[in-house]
Amino acid sequence: MSVIYLDNNATTKVDPLVLEAMLPFLTEYYGNPSSMHTFGGQVGKEVKQAREQVAALLGAEATEIVFTSCGTEGNNTAIRSALAVQPNKNHIVTTEVEHAAILSQCKLLESQGYKVTYLSVNNQGQLDLDELEASLTGGTALVSIMYANNETGVIFPIEQIGHIVKEKGAIFHVDAVQAAGKIPLNMKNSTVDLLTISGHKLHAPKGLGALYVRKGVRFRPLLVGGHQERGRRAGTENVPGIVALGKASELALTHLPEVKKEKQLRDRLEKGLLSTIPNSQVNGHLTQRLPNTTNIGFKYIEGEAILLSLDQYGICASSGSACTSGSLEPSHVLRALGLPYSVLHGSIRFSLSRYTTDEEIDRVLTIMPQIVERLRALSPFQSDEESWLQEQEKAVALAKN
Amino acid sequence: MWDYTEKVMDLFYNPKHQGVIEATDEPGLKIVTGEIGSIACGDALRLHLKIDESTNIILDARFQTFGCASAIASSSALTEMIIGMTVEEAMKITNRQIAEYLGGLPEEKMHCSVMGQEALEAAISSYKGIPIVVHEEDESALVCRCYGISQARIKRVVIENKLDTAEQVTNYIKAGGGCGTCLVDIDDIIADAWQEMKAQSAAKTEENSAVTATSVAVATKTETQVQVARPLTNLQKITLIQQVIDSEIKPFLALDGGDVELYDVDGDKVKVQLKGACGTCSGSLATLKYAIEAKLQERVSPTLVVEAI
Repeated sequence: MSVIYLDNNATTKVDPLVLEAMLPFLTEYYGNPSSMHTFGGQVGKEVKQAREQVAALLGAEATEIVFTSCGTEGNNTAIRSALAVQPNKNHIVTTEVEHAAILSQCKLLESQGYKVTYLSVNNQGQLDLDELEASLTGGTALVSIMYANNETGVIFPIEQIGHIVKEKGAIFHVDAVQAAGKIPLNMKNSTVDLLTISGHKLHAPKGLGALYVRKGVRFRPLLVGGHQERGRRAGTENVPGIVALGKASELALTHLPEVKKEKQLRDRLEKGLLSTIPNSQVNGHLTQRLPNTTNIGFKYIEGEAILLSLDQYGICASSGSACTSGSLEPSHVLRALGLPYSVLHGSIRFSLSRYTTDEEIDRVLTIMPQIVERLRALSPFQSDEESWLQEQEKAVALAKN
Repeated sequence: MWDYTEKVMDLFYNPKHQGVIEATDEPGLKIVTGEIGSIACGDALRLHLKIDESTNIILDARFQTFGCASAIASSSALTEMIIGMTVEEAMKITNRQIAEYLGGLPEEKMHCSVMGQEALEAAISSYKGIPIVVHEEDESALVCRCYGISQARIKRVVIENKLDTAEQVTNYIKAGGGCGTCLVDIDDIIADAWQEMKAQSAAKTEENSAVTATSVAVATKTETQVQVARPLTNLQKITLIQQVIDSEIKPFLALDGGDVELYDVDGDKVKVQLKGACGTCSGSLATLKYAIEAKLQERVSPTLVVEAI
């Protein structure tokens, strides 16, 4: 049974051309780019080329790219750097729907005396820019907001946000891990100071990323040691990974015009599921979102049960349900949207890639209604009128108030 | 991905006894329901039982579950285990037995087995017409506000499952899994429960010593009486087993379209052949253990072991 992979916001397949580009650096060209000899120097040239390729994807200059080990390192570095260069400021602004790489760091900083404001989102996953503006003070060191949400795909108006942030003199960091390669990014004339990307979300292997640092923005490294990356990130370069990220960035740029094909497939999947499965709904804004992502809530059933049923047919997707994660709380992103529990627990994210085919979408459209029907037949909740369900939802609403 | 046993996955993909039991006017039969969990918590179980009021035997059990694979499998396992049991026997089922029936559950999913036990308790409370889970009404001792879990319930799960960390309590009944502010209180409840368990254990040891001493003292006196109550001969034993099977077990199995035949008796080993619906039912092990072996142990000899051929 061939796998139908619709979990590309979690990770992506390595592009064969990326693999081909990186392999010689695991076998033949293993020199250290910092070495003085020609053998290492040759490798250094490849690192330089990769830096230019990544810069091209971001519409940036090569000197503004710092290679990292992953998106989490990029995000952590950005936050710590922004605070380190402004020791007189102790306030951070972020959102309730950020990735754990941001939220966990912010929680840690709170325990160390920093103040953090978490901006809310509306039921379509959008920010209130007035709330953002009101939250900023002269003591705000950093505003860290994601470009696009990993679960719903909702895109935030980054440049509008940036203008508000810049008026208050704070550093503006953007986690673009989900956006890079899916929508055009251009740091030239942008208000963004720092921006994070991750290789394995755009068809490179896991374990590499990059941080864009706008020219002129003061910076302090997270990792100190040697003077690799012009002193911005110590540690011998992961050359095969960097070459892979460079090639993946080049390919992503090439494929950007074709993203509309992904969007068409996503829309067909979404429309098909909504029309054949009653009591289902899209979570998040319908247009302001990534072209490859749809997050659909199937009422009255639970996400893990759906995922395991899909897995039987070789279909890979993702869920924000508590049972999937091992935590007892369902997705913080979906909760922030204020979805009722009858929708929230049964929400499934399908995220496509340039490898997704029409046939794969057809297969999901055939199988998914059967799965939902079977699980709903098992469920004690069948409709919103069910007294037990209504009582539960009311109790939760009361507890919140 | 969770490391589920084959049994969990089998019962998830092919659950037995799902659905509801239709109301009946038939005299002597009572249909009751037990509900536990909530959609807010991410799992909920509605258990339906059909009980013969004259014998207190659970004739049928059906479930409706909102939840993950282990919640659905636990519900199905529970129904398989209790069909054929008396209400009194079913009440003794623990969440650990449900988990064992499934070949084990991941520690983080043990709350699914607890949900089964509690739904059963709720259904039986309804059958007996007594208030459902009295300890839940202890508002003053609410410990976990996120999931509405009382001190009494935490203590009970600690004792029944010999839990010794707050994390385990969270895995079993979710208490402490929300904001986490009650974890310190849960630690205290665990410490108290263990102290109580140790005190009870010490008291029991003392009591056993006293019983042993008394037994030794009366042993000589009762020796003659023991000799009078002679054990059954093989023929008597086989005849009695056959009688119990014919008069008590067969009619009960027939209610579900099942049947059983005595094949052989070898010492304490009773070999039987399951027939009809029992021959193909995936719950036949439970039938063998609870409907046949338990009955023969009660009516013939407590040392009998029943095997299917």
